[in-house]
Amino acid sequence: MRKRDLIFVILLGVIIFAIPSFVKNNYYMSILVFFGINTSMAIGLCLLLGYSGQISLAHAGFFGIGAYSSGILTVKFGLPPLLGVAVGIILTIMVALTIGIPTLRLRGHYLAMATLCAGEVLFICFKEMDSLTGGPSGLPGIPPFGIGSFVLTKPVQYYYLAWILALMILCFSLNLVNTRVGRALLSFRYKPLGSEEGALSVGVNVVQYRIKIFVLSTVYCALAGNVYAHFMSFVSPENFDMHFSTLLIIMIVVGGMGNIWGAVWGAGVMTYLPELLMAFKDFDILIYGVLLIGILVLMPEGMYGAFVQSLRRFAVKRQGVFDLKKGFRK
Amino acid sequence: MVLQFLFTGLTNGILYAMVAFGFNIIFSATEIFNFAQGEFVMLGGMLAITFNQILQLPMIVSLLVAVLVVAAIGGLIERLAISPVATASFVTLIIITFGVAIFLRGAAMFAWGKNPYALPAFSGEKPLSIFGAVITTQVLWIFGIALVLFGVLTFFFTKTIYGKAMLACNYNRDAARLVGIPARWMVTFSFILSGGLGALGGVIIAPISMMFYGQGLMIGIKGFVAAGVGGIGSPAGALVGGLILGVAEAFGAGFISSGYKDAMSMIILILVLCFKPTGLFRIGSE
Repeated sequence: MRKRDLIFVILLGVIIFAIPSFVKNNYYMSILVFFGINTSMAIGLCLLLGYSGQISLAHAGFFGIGAYSSGILTVKFGLPPLLGVAVGIILTIMVALTIGIPTLRLRGHYLAMATLCAGEVLFICFKEMDSLTGGPSGLPGIPPFGIGSFVLTKPVQYYYLAWILALMILCFSLNLVNTRVGRALLSFRYKPLGSEEGALSVGVNVVQYRIKIFVLSTVYCALAGNVYAHFMSFVSPENFDMHFSTLLIIMIVVGGMGNIWGAVWGAGVMTYLPELLMAFKDFDILIYGVLLIGILVLMPEGMYGAFVQSLRRFAVKRQGVFDLKKGFRK
Repeated sequence: MVLQFLFTGLTNGILYAMVAFGFNIIFSATEIFNFAQGEFVMLGGMLAITFNQILQLPMIVSLLVAVLVVAAIGGLIERLAISPVATASFVTLIIITFGVAIFLRGAAMFAWGKNPYALPAFSGEKPLSIFGAVITTQVLWIFGIALVLFGVLTFFFTKTIYGKAMLACNYNRDAARLVGIPARWMVTFSFILSGGLGALGGVIIAPISMMFYGQGLMIGIKGFVAAGVGGIGSPAGALVGGLILGVAEAFGAGFISSGYKDAMSMIILILVLCFKPTGLFRIGSE
């Protein structure tokens, strides 16, 4: 991890652990829990979109696999929640490998096609497998998360759970992109920054990296799903449809593709925005559409990217231009 | 019974094939998956219904105007949302078409509300009976119009200079520009063409299936799947892919379970992607 990132992570950690002493309202607390859950997923999708240049339309489905495996194992079979987490991860990896291996071996964007279908199939399975998932009306009565006799019941405890997960994922991902793996990812990222041929020629196993990143990002979603199911104590298929996959993509676009901190920022904006848009009821999609097109056309690097750039411009104005030979000059 | 399923399947299949064809046209010119294709179908249907039912225009006029308006919308979308970022990565372009789809869906909800509407059949509601299967006369219209359309499009792409120019842009954009093909305009033109094509699909299907603002999503996905099954970019593949999907769905709904009807086509595409990823009709590999 770079030093600057480490400072920001510590700063974020401090803010997160300070917040509960100011926010006592349960409504705001639950929004912050969702913020944490969404952050975990957005970081995964950011790795996939920004670093390996692939797009997935099934991430809501993987979120659902995590949530339903927690729900089904605890409600229908009375097993401990940790087992639900394990099963969720294993199932997700299996599904991700099934669609990832054949499609990511090819040039072009077959993953987009396969995940579009996989997302729909998962949604239909959640809806139709009545005996397991409770069908369209959902699966109620999921017990709270706990290990042994230590059980999480209050929203604030879930807040810590969601954010500890998010922070762990954040640290892991920030480390990942600043190591050999991250540099390899950048080397074959879409042009003009990198090229697949170039990466292959220096021995980067492009296909393997693509598959690994895809699987990793789905595992993040499954983990987020586990937390979600225990926090809500109720899951229904509508939470895991195409609309939510799109919302996840909007998070990345708002934050800026290819920047993990952007994903955190995007998750924050897109967790709070739907709450603000409640008044518009279903017309919120009109606003999402305009937001997506507007941001991609006007500031393709996203809100976070635009913010960083303006900071940089400000610094240049104050300190002068950086010259390779002479250093900074006015 | 089997024949009845077959007719239902083929009718839906034709619609999927038309959407798949629209996908292919845009993909051929730009390598973009246009996720707003289903919305073109929905807009075509809704506009035709509005012109015919509310403005009381004659049927043929409403149909033509609806198709032209959606074609214009297609061109406008390309000019406003795609062309400013033409050099962006594939992922960016795909997400923009997503945004366009969501926007059009929202706009349609705004304009027409959430209720479904229907268009009267082109030539009366009296059903026909063929070998014990009952079909409406509209089905014949759908088959007829679609066949003519596929003929015209095949002629366009293989015999006319404009069609060939569009294909040339697909093979090698820079080389196409070198020989004087205005590649930028070909992209706009591909959006206009596929907007019109999608709208025509919506117009002819509107009498047998109700139209509402959200219908484009599923139709778009199915058309996309049909294009994938047949092989993205292959016209014959689009037709065969669409028909396979339609029939598989109809039989799946009839014999297995209607709840899993939509999953049928998705599983077919996943299988195709696993075993012959370039689609059934696209020769060679990428």
